[in-house]
Amino acid sequence: MIKTDVVIIGAGPTGLFCAHQLGIIGLKCEIVDNLDKIGGQCIELYPDKPIYDIPAVPKCTGEELTNNLIEQIKPFNFNFHLSDRVQELKNENNKWLVKTLNGKEFETPNIVIAGGVGSFEPRKFPTKSAEKYDGKSVLYSIKDKTIFKDKSVVIFGGGDSALDWAIELSNSSKVTLVHRRDEFRGAPVSVQKIKELSDNKTIDLITKYSIKDIKGNGSLESVEIKSETGESKVIKADYVLGFFGLIMQLGPITEWGLNLDKKTIPVNTENFETNKKGIFAIGDICTYPGKLKLILSGFHEGALAARGCFKYARPDEKYRFEFTTASSTIKDRLGVKE
Amino acid sequence: MAKIKYIEFNGTEHEADVANGLSVMEGAIQNDIPGIDADCGGGMSCATCHVYIKDDEWFKKLPEKEMGEDDMLDQAFEPKSNSRLSCQLIVSEDLNGLTVHMPEKQV
Repeated sequence: MIKTDVVIIGAGPTGLFCAHQLGIIGLKCEIVDNLDKIGGQCIELYPDKPIYDIPAVPKCTGEELTNNLIEQIKPFNFNFHLSDRVQELKNENNKWLVKTLNGKEFETPNIVIAGGVGSFEPRKFPTKSAEKYDGKSVLYSIKDKTIFKDKSVVIFGGGDSALDWAIELSNSSKVTLVHRRDEFRGAPVSVQKIKELSDNKTIDLITKYSIKDIKGNGSLESVEIKSETGESKVIKADYVLGFFGLIMQLGPITEWGLNLDKKTIPVNTENFETNKKGIFAIGDICTYPGKLKLILSGFHEGALAARGCFKYARPDEKYRFEFTTASSTIKDRLGVKE
Repeated sequence: MAKIKYIEFNGTEHEADVANGLSVMEGAIQNDIPGIDADCGGGMSCATCHVYIKDDEWFKKLPEKEMGEDDMLDQAFEPKSNSRLSCQLIVSEDLNGLTVHMPEKQV
């Protein structure tokens, strides 16, 4: 059990800057994120896209913004718990007991939800029959490629993951690659390689088809695919892999008794607390009259939520507002020597 | 201003007057029309504002897809050759009378 002042859910820019503000006012926090890296949407969706509306930064990419925020909170040595997800919240004696998917436990008076539009998860096959085999022979990521040796593997998708795995597995498995159109969005060199492998019959390449059904009797036997014009084909398969990118799901957040407005959490704009005492929501996931889904709004919300957390983390102390330019206490926290 | 008709997967029809310059996606969101999620808010990075343009004439009349839209549609739920991302359809008088169909779900 890790005791801390605040658990932040989400390591995107908003969560990171909130952590900075907590550090400045002398609170500790632990940061949990479902992705395997820090940065949230900035790093997962648009690492290379320039952002033009960060105050005082005329232009920076998602990756640069993330790296700068990481640098900015370095003095506080906060812990990150990546590839993990907060699963359960329980209130006991005004403390929140937090459990993660990987079995970590925290005790904290404050939780800050900076979860963007939810956690990133692989998009799954639309067919109901795929669920039965999910995690066994229908997979959306690969942990151990040796299981495919000498097996028939049908791969769906047109991006880099689909192409890279089709190329890699073609060495030791019978690979069929199925994609909904003739063009691929993967790297040109991979697309070229796929065409070569298809021309020399190392892999079967089927375009303009998508999944229709997954069949098996206990274990997976075949996958049926369909074209838009109504033709269908059945392909023998031991494994079916789908690489359709990531979608964002609110996930367990919907089960914590928070008020929800569509996919967002209403908050008050004084300290960004939700309807639950000690649970705050900031960034894209929160809503209030006039809400703008901008990174800069998330920074402001994080700063105010941090002060809100102070009240519950230090109930016997009075919060004192200080400037980083003037306060020696803050400079100590930042490890700045003058 | 253009009149846009949004038809949910279950057949429920909604009609909205959408101001020029807004996207078809924004027209749905601002009028609380269900069936379009638009998780990323119009950045062409999530494929959750996916619609079908079932009328072939209309499909051809729409501005062509820019680079990246088809890549994103690969990641949509049940994309077809008449699929578009509604965040990329900018409303003008030319779109008056357009009908879009929503997929069974967005995610």
